Amino acid sequence: MRLPLLALLAKEPAHGYELKSLLEQTFGQAYPSPNIGQIYVTLQRLERDGLVKSQDVIQTTRPNKRVYELTPAGREALAAWIEEPSEGPRVRDDFFVKLALSPLAGVTDQMALINRQRRHYLNLMRGLSKLASATDRDSRISLLLIEGAMLHLQADLDWLERCQEELM
Amino acid sequence: MIARAVPQPAPSADEMLLKIVGLSKVYKGGGPPVHAVRGVSLSLEPGQFVAVMGPSGSGKSSLLHMLGGLEPPTTGQIWFDGARVDGLSQARWAMLRRRNIGFVFQFFNLVSNMTVADNVELPALMSGATRRQAKERRIELLAELGLSDKASASPARLSGGEQQRVALARALANRPSLLLADEPTGNLDSLNSADVLRVLCRVHGQGQTIILVTHDARAASMADRVVNLFDGMIIDDMDVVTPIRPSVAAAGVLRLGE
Ligand SMILES: Nc1ncnc2c1ncn2[C@@H]1O[C@H](COP(=O)(O)OP(=O)(O)O)[C@@H](O)[C@H]1O
Ligand SMILES: [Mg+2]
Repeated sequence: MRLPLLALLAKEPAHGYELKSLLEQTFGQAYPSPNIGQIYVTLQRLERDGLVKSQDVIQTTRPNKRVYELTPAGREALAAWIEEPSEGPRVRDDFFVKLALSPLAGVTDQMALINRQRRHYLNLMRGLSKLASATDRDSRISLLLIEGAMLHLQADLDWLERCQEELM
Repeated sequence: MIARAVPQPAPSADEMLLKIVGLSKVYKGGGPPVHAVRGVSLSLEPGQFVAVMGPSGSGKSSLLHMLGGLEPPTTGQIWFDGARVDGLSQARWAMLRRRNIGFVFQFFNLVSNMTVADNVELPALMSGATRRQAKERRIELLAELGLSDKASASPARLSGGEQQRVALARALANRPSLLLADEPTGNLDSLNSADVLRVLCRVHGQGQTIILVTHDARAASMADRVVNLFDGMIIDDMDVVTPIRPSVAAAGVLRLGE
């Protein structure tokens, strides 16, 4: 979460809760709400590494809040991240390893394994469709995230079918 | 005409809209016989939306064609709304399709030298509706599918998604008790697919019984039930359920790391 936080801070300084709700606003319900503790831990590490600095803002009616801002080193790290190409898509290797190694573990019915996985994917797809129809048409980032998840699931299902054709 | 199917709680065996028993199809051409479907049995409740998936060549189209009377089964029985139909003559099948079974294909198969309106009115006229009835139904359907402004267009002037929606309108014109669709989104981009799927979901919500053959997992996941074919046999038959926390699936794609 380091770089997304740097990106959010690039526009203006913010405190932990603001960053949490900015993340939620950007990615919508499709992304599980980030844990505030995790955000603070990440901010502390970023500060330790000199990428952000913080200062306490005194509030009269409420406890003080700690506001974070980007340092020049942070801005550089952010620019470097944005400019470099990202890793290619990961595959759901856990299931594949399970399938490949299941005969060693004494599993004789690989078809049952494949069927179970397909059911899981299709149910997830249903959930994503529901999520997409419940998401505001204007939340384009959130909708694109859901669509991305659906396309990945479709690829997973196609691959599952290939495994089935080859192994059965 | 058989009344439009409405969803009912857990019907008993004889209340099934469609029941097939030990259905198989062997194609005997020049070469060795092809066993396309091997002993498939399946029952469908009225109002149910079933998706049929499976690799290419697994027998999905053969199965659907038998259910629509486009191909005779080699062995097995097909019961439609309580009556056995697998032995019907071509002419009786044609009548059943006109009145009770709508069919949609991957390549829309619209009549190219007729307007959209005429394409949609044709089935009603052929099964004895008056011009006025056919027109009223056509207006209603095109409005429902968002195609009112295309009524006088020629099908060739429409996008793929629009043509497929016209094909759907035509298939639904006579309020069939069963809609059979063979990869209706197979030839469409994702936005056009979404339009067609929205229509399928809408009519399903109104009680339409549907069998949809598809490779598209998004389409299949909208069904109540997914049947998987492999090598001409059913290898899985599942009820689709909505997971409690679908966001987890999206998180599997977008990981904010650390
Ligand atoms: N008219 C036909 N004559 C001979 N073989 C056919 C015919 N139609 C389909 N087949 C064969 O039957 C098998 C199942 O085909 P099909 O039902 O089209 O599968 P799917 O729709 O799942 O791709 C395939 O091996 C296909 O080549
Ligand atoms: Mg086919």
